[in-house]
Amino acid sequence: MNELMRKILFLPPQASTIASEIDQLHYFVILVTMAGATLVTVVGSYFLFRYRRTAVAADARRRGASHATPLWIELFVVVSLFGMFLAWWVIGFWQFMRVRVPPEGAMEIYVTGKQWMWKFAYPEGANSIATLYVPAGRPVKLVLTSRDVIHSFYVPDFRVKQDAVPGRLTTLWFEVKEPGRHEILCTEYCGAGHSTMRGEVIALSPQDYEGWLRGNLPEPPVAGPAYAPPAVVGEHAPRELVSMVRQGERVAAEQGCLRCHTLDGTAHLGPTWAGMFGSAVQLERGGSVVVDEAYITESMMDPLAKLHAGYQPIMPTYFGRIHPADTAAIVELIKSLRAVPVQPGGRSPWATVTPEGAEAGARAREVEGGPASAAGEIGDAGTGSERP
Amino acid sequence: MSEATIDADLPAVDPRGAGAEEPDYLRAETSVRSWLLTKDHKRIAIMFYASVIVFLMLGGLFALILRTELLTPEKTIIDANTYNQMFTLHGVTMVWLFMIPAIPGAFGNFVLPLMLGAKDLAFPRINLASYYVYALSAIIMLTAMLAGGADTGWTFYVPYSSTSPTAVSWMGVGIFVNGVSSIMTALNFIVTTHTLRAKGLSWHRMPLFIWSIYGTSVIILFATPVLGMSLTLVALDHSFGLGIFDPRYGGDPVLFQHLFWFYSHPAVYIMMLPAFGVISEVVCSFSHNPPASYRAIAYSSLGIAFVGFFTWGHHMFVAGMSEFDAGIFGALSMFVAIFSAIKVFTWVATLRGGSISFATPMLYFLWFLFLFVFGGMTGVAVATQSLDVHWHDTYFVVAHFHFIMVGGTLTSFLAAAHYWFPKMFGKLYDERVGLLTSVAVFIGFVFTFLPQFLLGNAGMPRRYYSYPEQYQWLNVLSTGGAWLLGAGLLLTLANLVIALKWGRQAGPNPWGSRSFEWITASPPSKHNFESTPLVERSAYEYDLPEEVARARVPAR
Repeated sequence: MNELMRKILFLPPQASTIASEIDQLHYFVILVTMAGATLVTVVGSYFLFRYRRTAVAADARRRGASHATPLWIELFVVVSLFGMFLAWWVIGFWQFMRVRVPPEGAMEIYVTGKQWMWKFAYPEGANSIATLYVPAGRPVKLVLTSRDVIHSFYVPDFRVKQDAVPGRLTTLWFEVKEPGRHEILCTEYCGAGHSTMRGEVIALSPQDYEGWLRGNLPEPPVAGPAYAPPAVVGEHAPRELVSMVRQGERVAAEQGCLRCHTLDGTAHLGPTWAGMFGSAVQLERGGSVVVDEAYITESMMDPLAKLHAGYQPIMPTYFGRIHPADTAAIVELIKSLRAVPVQPGGRSPWATVTPEGAEAGARAREVEGGPASAAGEIGDAGTGSERP
Repeated sequence: MSEATIDADLPAVDPRGAGAEEPDYLRAETSVRSWLLTKDHKRIAIMFYASVIVFLMLGGLFALILRTELLTPEKTIIDANTYNQMFTLHGVTMVWLFMIPAIPGAFGNFVLPLMLGAKDLAFPRINLASYYVYALSAIIMLTAMLAGGADTGWTFYVPYSSTSPTAVSWMGVGIFVNGVSSIMTALNFIVTTHTLRAKGLSWHRMPLFIWSIYGTSVIILFATPVLGMSLTLVALDHSFGLGIFDPRYGGDPVLFQHLFWFYSHPAVYIMMLPAFGVISEVVCSFSHNPPASYRAIAYSSLGIAFVGFFTWGHHMFVAGMSEFDAGIFGALSMFVAIFSAIKVFTWVATLRGGSISFATPMLYFLWFLFLFVFGGMTGVAVATQSLDVHWHDTYFVVAHFHFIMVGGTLTSFLAAAHYWFPKMFGKLYDERVGLLTSVAVFIGFVFTFLPQFLLGNAGMPRRYYSYPEQYQWLNVLSTGGAWLLGAGLLLTLANLVIALKWGRQAGPNPWGSRSFEWITASPPSKHNFESTPLVERSAYEYDLPEEVARARVPAR
């Protein structure tokens, strides 16, 4: 039944764990829609025929029916219709929450859209363009952004879609049921090459995925031409595979983040990154926000939008000055520090610490490898299976 | 109408004495100047009518080029950049130059004062100005099309639109000016409805068309300024790099989407409500029956106008909006569907117990019924969040809104064109040809847009110049349908144009309608009524014989 309906409605294969469930609602909604439109038209046509003027002229009794529809019939129809729409909404919203909220422990991959290609950065340090390799049978969370205009990441076989917006991070998750190949399409119009901004998700068995991470590209699991990546590979990608956390440390040093932020929980010009991820931060303008990928990225791109209470508005914007893969690396670094305790003594007034001292301190910490590096090692240890 | 009044040189005051008729508005004055500087709402309506038909043909031509390009997965006739401009021009032309002014500008202008028993709109000069402002906007947009066009889609999403090298700013200026025209017309309609109703014409006696035009006008007044401002900001971003919506300068691209859809979702009802009004008139006139529930139809127009303002977020479920917001917007969207459903049920119930003459407008009503209910319910389907994730920005959405816009508004426009044809021109079109062309339009429409639902299900994104091969045969089907639809529309136009010259004389009220615009002559004289009518009944007194009903609106 499912397969038959899917084929009649031209729906693509149900490759993700949520696809068949969403399709069930799809069948229900479309069948009701078709039935409703047909029913209304048939009833209308019947009346058109039954009360045609020639017939009514011949037999005036036909017209005898009272025109006013009883109120209770109207109310009944409207209320039951509303009930049905409400049912769609309840199921649809419940499913939507499932589609939107990634399960705990989903593996994270950073996705950058640009005119007109998709780039993927893996927590283990690998990179790929246009082809996204994922392990089958494991939830994968994509963290998306864009370098230029809005794009939208769409895999019809998974029934998922999410816009990639410049200056923001958005997320999407899926779990592929079996190894296979699935088309990626861009669904937000992005210019002349919009329709060519396609890619492919290749779901590998867990063993093959491990192998791919180590650099052994397996045979394509499904028959078909092997995908040839475009020639622009490696514009900014690191040559060797390094972990995202380690890359984050490098970027934080290069970009000067460590002049104001610390990794070990000591107080400084800016809030320390230790233990920050997942905590609630009081804002200068009142209210609070939970530190997540979106907040961190927003604070990099637009630092004054949600200023941490108690800190001066001195941070410059990094929009256009930091590569998206590096943004992702910073986020990973901050995440890896979530368990590092904040040093006692609280934050010091910012004016008492000179930037020179901060820089020196940061350099010292970076060389020695403090708790931050230790956390980084944990992040490195597995091939991503037990990332927090 | 007697033969004598055809004489173009007949003076306004007939020398043969009282009782002889005034010349009708078409023949009262014939100089070009008398048309261009007319303050007669009927002539301005005719000018709008001619203009929107020209733009319907232009937008249709763009559509046929698009569909022809999509016959093959790669290049067929035009390159990608031309294609991208073409769908932008198709959208802009159809939305702002055809769909929004079509029914209010042509038919609203013509029949609204007649239905109210008024001599003209409240502000005849503003009415004339609104036409010229509309014409100016069309000239600006056409100039922009020639000067490089725009390739952003009619939605102008930033930051693509603020960085596109095409003539986005000019297009924005054109749409801004167009909005000024809409607002002028809307204001005029609102004031006229409040102040120029004939004596005895209470709100609940008015024809239902007035209610829907009134609701439309209210939406235009509240929503259009927002569109004007947001497109102005895009134009400033584009020209001077202000960065309002550009994240490089701290701007927010998603903010634009909120502003844009805050106008453009209500704009759907700006396009739909007049169509509802036409359908209400057509159904009652041809089934010789009062509406099953006058208040249900009248108030649901206002309900749609109100709730329509709170649903815009359903265009943005995958744009990065919070799940909570998405839930609220999804639920609110369903209320609009309820109001529309009330209308549909009431129309069908109105047929019951009537005495139905099956003329061309009634056949269009039948198409409307199927297409609008299907299109509307797929609208509820795309407001269902989990399904929308798959459908968003695919051909499913394209098919859905064309079912509403073409299947709903265009069929109503055609119904109105046939229904009020005798009123506007005093002639009858050929009924058999009318029915046949209507069938051609319907079949062409179904072949064009039904396959697009399936394309969307299969995952084909909209605005795709090239597409994966598995989508080809459905595209071929859709293109074939589009050509048939185009041919059907041309034949419809030909039938009406032929009737202009060779059609039979219609007489004042060929459909036996009880609505007030049919009280006066067809076509009406320059000042509509000899004396202001006194209204002693509602617009739908089909229980009364026609003579008695006429006597209860003593006028002429």
